[in-house]
Amino acid sequence: MGKEERSSMDPTKKNWRQVLFLSVVGIILLVFPHIFTLPFPQHIMIMIFLYATLAQAWNIVGGYAGQCSLGHAVYFGCGAYTSSLLLIHFGLSPWLGMLVGAGLAVGLSLIIGIPVFRLAGHYFAIATIAIGEMCQIGMVNWKGGGGANGLYLPILDEGFYNFEFHTTKVPYYYIALAIAAVTFYATHLIEKSWIGFYLRAIKGDLDASRSLGINVARYKSIGLAISAFFTAVAGTFYAQYVLFIDPESVLPLMLSVLISLVAILGGVASVWGPFLGALVLVPLSEFTRTYLGGGGKAIDLMIYGALIVIIARFQPEGLMGLLKKFR
Amino acid sequence: MLTPEIILQTLISGLLMGCIYALVAVGLCLIWGLMEIVNFAHGQFMMLAMFLAFWMYTLFGLDPLLSLPLGAIVLFIIGVATYHFIIKGMLHTTFFAQIFATFGLGVFLHSMAQFLWTANYRSIQNPVLSGRLAVGNIFVGFPQMAAAAMCILGFLFLYWLINKTEIGLALQAASEDREAASLMGINSNRIFALGWGIGSACVGVAGVLLTNFFYIFPEVGFTFALIAYVAVALGGFGSIVGSFLAGIIIGLVEAFSGLLIDPAFKYFSIYVLYMVVIFFRPQGLWGRY
Repeated sequence: MGKEERSSMDPTKKNWRQVLFLSVVGIILLVFPHIFTLPFPQHIMIMIFLYATLAQAWNIVGGYAGQCSLGHAVYFGCGAYTSSLLLIHFGLSPWLGMLVGAGLAVGLSLIIGIPVFRLAGHYFAIATIAIGEMCQIGMVNWKGGGGANGLYLPILDEGFYNFEFHTTKVPYYYIALAIAAVTFYATHLIEKSWIGFYLRAIKGDLDASRSLGINVARYKSIGLAISAFFTAVAGTFYAQYVLFIDPESVLPLMLSVLISLVAILGGVASVWGPFLGALVLVPLSEFTRTYLGGGGKAIDLMIYGALIVIIARFQPEGLMGLLKKFR
Repeated sequence: MLTPEIILQTLISGLLMGCIYALVAVGLCLIWGLMEIVNFAHGQFMMLAMFLAFWMYTLFGLDPLLSLPLGAIVLFIIGVATYHFIIKGMLHTTFFAQIFATFGLGVFLHSMAQFLWTANYRSIQNPVLSGRLAVGNIFVGFPQMAAAAMCILGFLFLYWLINKTEIGLALQAASEDREAASLMGINSNRIFALGWGIGSACVGVAGVLLTNFFYIFPEVGFTFALIAYVAVALGGFGSIVGSFLAGIIIGLVEAFSGLLIDPAFKYFSIYVLYMVVIFFRPQGLWGRY
């Protein structure tokens, strides 16, 4: 993909352009909350960062390795529930809870990987759905974890240590931006490293990569573990941002589907695809919900659904493909 | 108390519900078998059939039993239209794009139903088929019995169509090798459209029959489609008989786990069953792939 393009261009010139582009984007994102001081645009940006992080994390295993996971809400929920329960019962700082949650999600992904990575195509996708649904049903029925009523996080003093800010969204904005940036940088590193090459080889031809001596099972697990880690981190962020979680908000199948949708519509197996997907889909969903979604009329979802069909039908490579066409 | 009567009662309820799951799964499987595309709007198609039956009853007093052929025909047309407008141009795209094209259609139809008819639960009052058969302490609802019987008949008809008629042979040929089939003079486009039509007509039949004893609301198709998706994988992609049997197995597992464990865990058991089966047979129980 784009190999000819890359080799034909002077590498130093290409690098220079990239640095310029990244700095411009970086500066815009850093000053954004000081120009748009109202909560609504800031909220939209925070949601874009959140979904960009989730889609990017999904991209590592779904895009590069081609394993269409439809159960990523499990890791999101794992992050959200772990940090929240640790905060409620032990008063542990959500930052530490975030690390514990991410660690647990990695462990969980290694266990989940054992049965699901033996499967291909739809069998794999359904297995991930099945695990996601099992986790949701489990949490709904686990009274100690809040059950179907969910968990209200305690309102603590505003501040970085407590990871709660009540008067302004700006700190949330920067935290979400930082999480997204780290995830993007990690994906960039993976893409360039031997892990990235192995993952793409697995996607390209499973048997060929196996015959070349790639330990397929191990690299799929590594990809999923990294993916689960960042998804769980985003889960903790969500819990601290909304201060309320329940199985319906952090574990539904719809969330898993949405995560992969953002990545796929943006363009898989590219660092910028998930960001582009989030940049288009999140504002679309937030604006239509705000202006058309009143009274349970669901016009917002109608537009959303129709748009998904149109993009998938006419731009199956995702929005990145569209961008390439115009370049 | 687990008396033999309760077990028998559960067995019968599970079987009857299983037959409905089975027909929904067979429709999904048929489309997949032809072109390896899963229709994620399958459940929403079923919901449309249910609303069709509801409005026919409410507006014209037409009993669901009478709107059954109408349901099959309308859904057939919807299936063909979906193929022509969305799927036809996507045969060579990625797995991802195909999933999301039909998924998006499902979201659209679901929210359209909510927009037009609100999220309220509706039901058909006093359909012709009502009441129940009592044998000792075992009760079997007539609507459920009729629905199961029609689903089995529908399946047998489909089985006959696919294995014994020229249309069926053309369907099989197109699913084996698209190019070779078109060299033999089979219009693969027409065959695929037909496959989408028949597959969707299956949920048309199942949906209309379901309205006799089930609530009608925009989200109703979601669970059914998910279960059908699991059933197709459990039975093995590509095997219509496998899908049908898996649908019935799922109905039984659902009923018995509701009885033995807790109704809250009935879907949980279905997923556990799927994971266990797939662990030992990654291609499903009767799958070829």
